[in-house]
Amino acid sequence: MHDEYELIVIGGGPAGLGAALSAREHGLERILVVERDVQLGGILNQCIHNGFGLHYFGEELTGPEYAARLIDRLNGQAIDVLCDAMVLEIIPGENGHTLRLMSADCGYRTVGSQAIILAMGCRERTRGAIQIPGTRAAGIFTAGTAQRYVNIEGYMVGRRIIILGSGDIGLIMARRMVLEGATVVACVEIMPYPGGLTRNIVQCLQDFDIPLYLSHTITRIEGKQRVEKVIVQEVDDRFHPIDGTDIAFDVDTVLLSVGLIPENELSRAAGVEIDSKTSGPIVYENGETSVPGIFACGNVLHVHDLVDFVTTESEGAGKAAAEYVLRRIDVLEKRIYEKVSHDDVNLQSPSYDDPQKVACEAEHARASHDDVERSALIDDLSKKLVQGRSYCLSIVRDETISYTVPQRIRVQRVDKQVSVFFRVKNPQKMPKCIVFRDGERIVASFRRPYMMPGEMERVTLTREQLDDVCGNELLISVEEIR
Amino acid sequence: MKEYVCIICPRGCHLAVDEENDYAVTGNGCLRGAAYGREEAMHPTRIVTSSVRVRSRIHPRCPVKTDKAIAKSDIMKAMLLLDDVELSPPVRRGDVVIASLFGGEANFIATRDIDE
Ligand SMILES: Cc1cc2nc3c(=O)[nH]c(=O)nc-3n(C[C@H](O)[C@H](O)[C@H](O)COP(=O)(O)OP(=O)(O)OC[C@H]3O[C@@H](n4cnc5c(N)ncnc54)[C@H](O)[C@@H]3O)c2cc1C
Ligand code: SF4
Repeated sequence: MHDEYELIVIGGGPAGLGAALSAREHGLERILVVERDVQLGGILNQCIHNGFGLHYFGEELTGPEYAARLIDRLNGQAIDVLCDAMVLEIIPGENGHTLRLMSADCGYRTVGSQAIILAMGCRERTRGAIQIPGTRAAGIFTAGTAQRYVNIEGYMVGRRIIILGSGDIGLIMARRMVLEGATVVACVEIMPYPGGLTRNIVQCLQDFDIPLYLSHTITRIEGKQRVEKVIVQEVDDRFHPIDGTDIAFDVDTVLLSVGLIPENELSRAAGVEIDSKTSGPIVYENGETSVPGIFACGNVLHVHDLVDFVTTESEGAGKAAAEYVLRRIDVLEKRIYEKVSHDDVNLQSPSYDDPQKVACEAEHARASHDDVERSALIDDLSKKLVQGRSYCLSIVRDETISYTVPQRIRVQRVDKQVSVFFRVKNPQKMPKCIVFRDGERIVASFRRPYMMPGEMERVTLTREQLDDVCGNELLISVEEIR
Repeated sequence: MKEYVCIICPRGCHLAVDEENDYAVTGNGCLRGAAYGREEAMHPTRIVTSSVRVRSRIHPRCPVKTDKAIAKSDIMKAMLLLDDVELSPPVRRGDVVIASLFGGEANFIATRDIDE
């Protein structure tokens, strides 16, 4: 382990591994991956079910197999790995960032790095976060904790089980518990539609005849030492329990699958701007956060249901971090930033400079040894660029969309295309269209036969489409097909 | 006409299978979905994943899966077979844990490497 790195990746799950590999491929030589667990692989180690990798590897793998493929690749590379080590603090700096970490092997350490990739994943919401009344009996677990106990540590968590929430982890655990000999009496979901992937409803609940109660919730947990009974009630459209709809279930275990929250304590403390909708950092088209040189990918950025998308996203972040470190563009961009915030420039003009020419001029400016001259050249270039077009597009959404990632796009940074991930707020059953508009005009549209809030959508905007945008906002919404 | 949700990959395409018309499948996003829809209507099968005991310093469990889908009706029987298995490291992913389930072509194989 060195004292200085070009890139430190925090988290050794699929996001961290993908990002480190991609940064290496794009030219970085001093990379460190820090992982809190004793092994790499992240959440995939406990996801022993299959369903990973069909998009990315073209075959269906289990979680550990998917992780092993990435770890094998990593082992062949000059990338430092520090497991059993936890990053405690990120201190951002003008000329590189500092990390404080605690490691089983090397104790308390301070390490410098020019770029940082946040890949800390997410954690589960707990009973406290949703406040179920009742006793504090043993036998209440988050589904992911139960998954770890059963699949990694080899403990069974209960015999008669009820599951609250129909998120994927809950569904996967319903099947897992039945296979291990337990009885799963029900899966209870407060929303009128299931939270997890449809395939998991089919193969985890329907295959084993586990009833799914939609628009229901657990309103009471009873039991002295151990859970003995739970009361389930139907809820109205404002999620208030309806009197007289009580159903009692005799169970010894409650598994909570009530959502995941990106783990952003470190990011927040480092001053990274957080989106209240995703609970993850606000990012630009390349995964860069509001702090220059700090990037984010994977579940720390927004909760993914497909690891394949995590891998693709993290490769983008790894590449972007490499570009940042290799000083291809950032010095220039920083100046442009300052310009944008200080000058009252015209952001509406549709014409802009040829990116090739810009890159060439930027190179020329940077090569200049005379400080004053360099500064003048960069200023000049910034002005041209800024006057040329809107520098940064914000993606705004209407009430049909719950969030997008990225939230901002620096158009001239987009090479050929940029993927925008989002979730719809409500199920869209009939064929619909995803539409991007600037003002009244449609910039791009994408048809879909149906869309569910539980399934993340991805669409790709091309550079041409982005260039076509007037103004500095791009509205995304779901509309009827006309 | 029977309706299914394809479970081959997480996209979850909504399939319609026409038994009258040689089990023709519509709604599939790819060819694997067509094959799945036909199979599901004729004789449903599943890949089974679970874990077995392993005498490892780090992990007491080793994850396993069937390398081919087995009949849905055989799932619980297959699970019982795993109860008696105990592996010793080193384990390589792909190692056969139980060969030829019920005399058929499917095996239980390990899905992770366990060195020590
Ligand atoms: C139960 C479950 C089932 C799933 N099923 C599927 C499926 O069938 N198909 C599919 O494609 N996808 C599935 N997914 C989704 C996919 O597994 C995740 O989206 C993906 O693993 C997220 O990767 P990540 O690297 O962002 O996070 P993680 O895998 O969580 O990795 C984050 C890592 O960061 C480490 N870390 C956190 N904080 C620190 C710190 N301060 N210092 C050092 N290290 C730190 C953690 O220890 C962890 O190892 C499932 C997910 C879950 C939870
Ligand atoms: S039809 Fe193809 S794309 Fe659709 S869910 Fe099945 S495997 Fe996935």
